[in-house]
Amino acid sequence: MAEAKVNRLNLTEKDYDGAASTMCKGCGHDAISASVQRAFYESSVDPHKVVKLSGIGCSSKTPAYFLSQSFGFNAVHGRMSAVATGANLANHTLLPIGVSGDGDTSAIGLGNFCHMMRRNVNITYIIENNGVYGLTKGQFSATADVGSVMKGGKVNDIPAIDLAELAITLGATYVARSFSGDRKQLTPLVQGALSHRGSAILDVISPCVTFNNHEGSTKSLKYVKGHLDPIHDLDFVPPFENIEADYDEGTDHEVSLHDGSRIILHKVSKDYDPTSKANAIQAIHGAIAEGKFLTGLIYYNPNRMEFAEELNLVDIPLSELSQDILQPPAAALERINADMMK
Amino acid sequence: METPLINDLNICVATENGSGSASSNNILFKAIFKMGIPCSSKNMFPSNIQGLPTWYQIRANGDGYLSRKDVIDVMVMFNDTTAAKDIYRVRDGGVLLYDDSTPLSPTLKRDGLQYIGFPANKLVTKLVPASPLRAKQRNMVYVGALAYLFGIDMSVIKAVLEDTFGKKPAVIESNLVCIDAGYQYCKEQGYKQNIARLEPIPGGNQGKIITEGNTAAALGAIYGGASVICWYPITPSSSLAESMEYYLPRLRKQIDGKKAYAIVQAEDEIASAGMIVGAGWAGARSMTSTSGPGVSLMNESIGLAYYAEIPCVFFIIQRGGPSTGLPTRTQQADISLMYGASHGDTRHMILIPHDMNSCFDLARQSFNYADRFQTPVFVAMDLDLGMNLWSSEPLKLNQEPFDCGKRLSAQDLDEWTKAGKKFRRYFDQDGDGIPYRTVPGNPNRIASYFTRGSGHDADAKYSEDEHDYKYILDRLRKKFDTSRKFVPKPIIEKEKGVKTGIICYGSSYEPVREARDRLRASGLKTNHMLIRALPLTSEVMDFLAEHDTVYLVEQNRDAQMAAIIKDENPVLGAKVTSILVYNGLPVSAGEVVKQIFDAAQTAKTA
Repeated sequence: MAEAKVNRLNLTEKDYDGAASTMCKGCGHDAISASVQRAFYESSVDPHKVVKLSGIGCSSKTPAYFLSQSFGFNAVHGRMSAVATGANLANHTLLPIGVSGDGDTSAIGLGNFCHMMRRNVNITYIIENNGVYGLTKGQFSATADVGSVMKGGKVNDIPAIDLAELAITLGATYVARSFSGDRKQLTPLVQGALSHRGSAILDVISPCVTFNNHEGSTKSLKYVKGHLDPIHDLDFVPPFENIEADYDEGTDHEVSLHDGSRIILHKVSKDYDPTSKANAIQAIHGAIAEGKFLTGLIYYNPNRMEFAEELNLVDIPLSELSQDILQPPAAALERINADMMK
Repeated sequence: METPLINDLNICVATENGSGSASSNNILFKAIFKMGIPCSSKNMFPSNIQGLPTWYQIRANGDGYLSRKDVIDVMVMFNDTTAAKDIYRVRDGGVLLYDDSTPLSPTLKRDGLQYIGFPANKLVTKLVPASPLRAKQRNMVYVGALAYLFGIDMSVIKAVLEDTFGKKPAVIESNLVCIDAGYQYCKEQGYKQNIARLEPIPGGNQGKIITEGNTAAALGAIYGGASVICWYPITPSSSLAESMEYYLPRLRKQIDGKKAYAIVQAEDEIASAGMIVGAGWAGARSMTSTSGPGVSLMNESIGLAYYAEIPCVFFIIQRGGPSTGLPTRTQQADISLMYGASHGDTRHMILIPHDMNSCFDLARQSFNYADRFQTPVFVAMDLDLGMNLWSSEPLKLNQEPFDCGKRLSAQDLDEWTKAGKKFRRYFDQDGDGIPYRTVPGNPNRIASYFTRGSGHDADAKYSEDEHDYKYILDRLRKKFDTSRKFVPKPIIEKEKGVKTGIICYGSSYEPVREARDRLRASGLKTNHMLIRALPLTSEVMDFLAEHDTVYLVEQNRDAQMAAIIKDENPVLGAKVTSILVYNGLPVSAGEVVKQIFDAAQTAKTA
């Protein structure tokens, strides 16, 4: 029997497995879980350093389906951003990955999501975006497009929230959009997000094969496949790989990430600079006007500190500090008492 | 003519909010404190920044009674809007101070009061250059008038100003000039009153401090090791978090110039609750502070923390509800809200401080309880405790080691493995209902588990199985019952043969203490029990069993604590007669005495 391939930690891809999925057959979310698992394996991340977080909904169940050696937390609806922020403060040495849905993020959890990005909390935050509430059987979410038709025939006439645009506006520092079926694009984007320190938001279109895969839906598998607009092809180069990436001086763009890894963006049709906020928002709007899904690394800002760094937290996780650090000396209380006698 | 009472005086200052009276009232209060006379202050302020009426009561009492007194001896009438009512709030024979820069309206004349006027406005216009400060300095004049009339020496006032504004001689001087003007004016006019005199008590208040419960609790939380603090501004809890913001950098050691705490002002209470749940899960000592409306918003995360067994601490500074209610007044009406917070079957531990030292000490201990029982813990305070100034014995640190409960390190797990024991996150290993836990980052291969608010089994696996579900619910109840033996026991004061008992909790303690002395003087001896925590401990039922009549004083309409007692023991609970004070004001001893007499009368005639 051939020996299983291992990564730099001597782990096989199987070591990054989770429990068996309970999603519907053919669900985009399973494809995303597979990409996430591959990304962790390829980047040789120690599962014990990872925390998986989610809210409530179909997508939020998926962290149980990868990396069973990691701690996981399936919290309450819409509150993963807040829970992740707290976990991050308690232990900023952990590598958090959050999985949420479009209802969890763009409706009930929108406020907390916005403020997490405003703070640039370190997290890889994946939205498995299908435009409907799956677990409650097919109601529209706030990312449903105008004109999109519900399974029962109802037409949505309220504009969609574009989560990538929102993320760029509110301070996220790594913003990408992808498609659950495009593993070649999604895996390096997840790897890049894991290497980035700050809020990395991945809006991943993930068709719901049960409730939103019909004619008239703008998030059906067929519709999405026919309207993808990748801005670039991309390769992820981890810091430990000294290989020369396939890089074309004239047309490629290199993004250097915090841990020394790189993403090489290969031009598809036109030049694209992901470090410009204005360009990024313009590109998103351009694609929307053409009825397309802009995919790729849309925005990247390496210069902003993540939240724990901004707060100037000690290197040792707060969760590991002992009483002699946490408890001030009794003499200090005596001084305060003396001040209070005046 | 009355003979002046020595060191027994209740002053009420009526002003407009935002007029600067906080500063003058503070000086007055501290001056009386500095004279060694036991004193307390109650600030009845509006939910407003400028313009609405506010009252500040200072009670000086040589016998050491510090609760709010109903009977007002002296009214400083500095708010035209409320003057017509304020004159009737003073007792017969009392003194009314007013600004006679303009003549007093005849409608404000009342028989049976001694009116003392001084031209505060005119004096200040002469003394202070035109500036926005001038209007505020007007309030300093009544400090001087009161000082002269009741016997506060100007040297004491000067010392207080130096304590307060030590590094700003110009501020000391400008205030002193106005205070002295009031003092001298009253002296020149030969004003006298005969109701009371303040006399210094040598050594009185020696070693005592003045603080607010929110400050004491903030310090307790810091000494208890709180390291992730997430909050959202809401009266009357904001000053707790703000005190932590002030004291943490001054008290907690830095490591390589970096901070050993995170304090975050969240976007709402839903977020602050979510954050502390996340932080508690990840192993930090986490907390928030809020009041009733915040608890309403936090409910879902509280249930999550209860069911997923995550330690975190909620400081609840109660105010008048429901809804926005009376945000700047005091109440104890969120006891049921806290006790059963969130949907489904829940029960929560509540620690109930009653004075400055218990605010400090229970705040410190709350983190031990949260860690030991892996559950949300409430520290139930109220506006009266939290925001009023209290004189107190110095805060005392009980230097016991942190109790982090059943938290397993990587080495612990190695030993478990060697001993053939399996780590099962939600299994009742020890028969006390408290499971073992690990926290993220633990590198041991068997450490990780999946936390969820949905149904799970003893191994933290997703489960909708009826037995798995019931097992967890029953174990949570068992854990709660275990905590009965650990929470702070009631403080009981009793003598043999006395068959009437009074129970109270929190800020009702001080008025009840005074009420008991008054009842005793009228021939009714009572025993007393101060409840300091939920769940109820066995002492509570013992106390009920030992007494024929039991009054339970609480600051809410629905007798919320009585309902909890009756729920646990309907037979003994039936003995409770509720004494309910819920007008938003701090409880007065007079109200308690009156209600107890009324209740006794009703019982007799029945």
